[in-house]
Amino acid sequence: MLNRSFHLEIRTPEQSVYEGDVTSVSAPGVEGNFQILAGHIPFLTALEVGEIRIRESSDTPQLMATSGGVFEVLRTGVTVLVETAEWASEIDVARAESALERAQVQLTTNAPDLNRPRAAAALARAQNRIKVASNL
Amino acid sequence: MATLREIRRRIASIQNIEQVTDAMRVVAAARLRRAQENINATRPYADKLNTILGHLISQMDTENQALTHPLLETREVKHVCIISVSADRGLCGSFNSNVIRTTTQRIGHYQESGADVTLICIGRRSQEHFTRRGYDITDAYVNIFRQLEFQTAVDVVHEFEHLYTEKKIDKVEVIYNNFKSAILQTVLVEQLLPLEPEIPEGDELFLDYIYEPGQVELFEMLLGKHLNMQMWKVLLDSNAAEQAARMAAMENATQKAKELIDELILQRNRARQTQITTEISEIVSGAAALEG
Repeated sequence: MLNRSFHLEIRTPEQSVYEGDVTSVSAPGVEGNFQILAGHIPFLTALEVGEIRIRESSDTPQLMATSGGVFEVLRTGVTVLVETAEWASEIDVARAESALERAQVQLTTNAPDLNRPRAAAALARAQNRIKVASNL
Repeated sequence: MATLREIRRRIASIQNIEQVTDAMRVVAAARLRRAQENINATRPYADKLNTILGHLISQMDTENQALTHPLLETREVKHVCIISVSADRGLCGSFNSNVIRTTTQRIGHYQESGADVTLICIGRRSQEHFTRRGYDITDAYVNIFRQLEFQTAVDVVHEFEHLYTEKKIDKVEVIYNNFKSAILQTVLVEQLLPLEPEIPEGDELFLDYIYEPGQVELFEMLLGKHLNMQMWKVLLDSNAAEQAARMAAMENATQKAKELIDELILQRNRARQTQITTEISEIVSGAAALEG
């Protein structure tokens, strides 16, 4: 019972990032982080910026940074649709840090044409990527 | 009659052109392959998104909740936003001129019916064309096709979505080249907003989900994603169509260059023969004059 696995697919508009059998997956739901095990009832939720954690068997989990999307559980398996998904090992920390700095500068200088929610979202994404990469 | 040297020079220059157009054809073919792969890579995501949206709509429909959302709202059309998707570069046959012509017609059509039109230009060709002619351009995206990113689609959608929800525009249309196949591309006019969701046929096997947050919030979020996806598909399609059009145009050009070279070689040989004949007859007549 403990190690029952189920099918998981993670897709982005640009490619299919992951497909395989896993024993557990946890993700950042809009109402808090959650974990799904085999046999979960059908469930549909929105995801926030955060970290997806996949466990294939008892070994160490694989980490992924995401910027939000939809998470669907059906009897047949789990499908995650996210707009971006990056493996923790593939995150370019230098790039994330420069994005973070850019967003911070934008938010502090307060230019008249600034799109505040967008800059704040960029900030959250960059912070998340740095965090996920350091969790590796 | 051109001299032998002139003909030789022309042959050499046309051979150069042929090499260039042939190289461009090869590059376009490689880019086309990549563009097609990109289109295919999108499909799993798009299909799944549509299925989920369909489930949700059918579920909301059975519970007799009217589907209401700012993006579904149909209003009297007074302000239209047209997104004109061209390429950044030329040398691709009638690809750009088709889009520009259809856009101009469409603008005329709306202006006749008393609506004013604002443009979002994607691709340098349409941006330059409409800027030069003083059209009202809200925004332009150039040089995006070299390295096509999903974020660009999101940015474009963001631009017209807030104009729509603020009721500054009542309708959004996109005009682009649809990639049918490597040899067929057609210009399409598609309505992006207001959205017209298809109500799917009931899926008997489907059991309702637990929703988190509520159905309505999820529906709103998915509509946004759906719109992003449609814009993304338009960009990918236009990109593939551009490469296919360029490939065909360059293949034609190479073919034409080959024909021209063949003809010039014939002319060159004729000129050379004439020259030799003249020389021989001069020598012969010179010798005859000496003997005489």
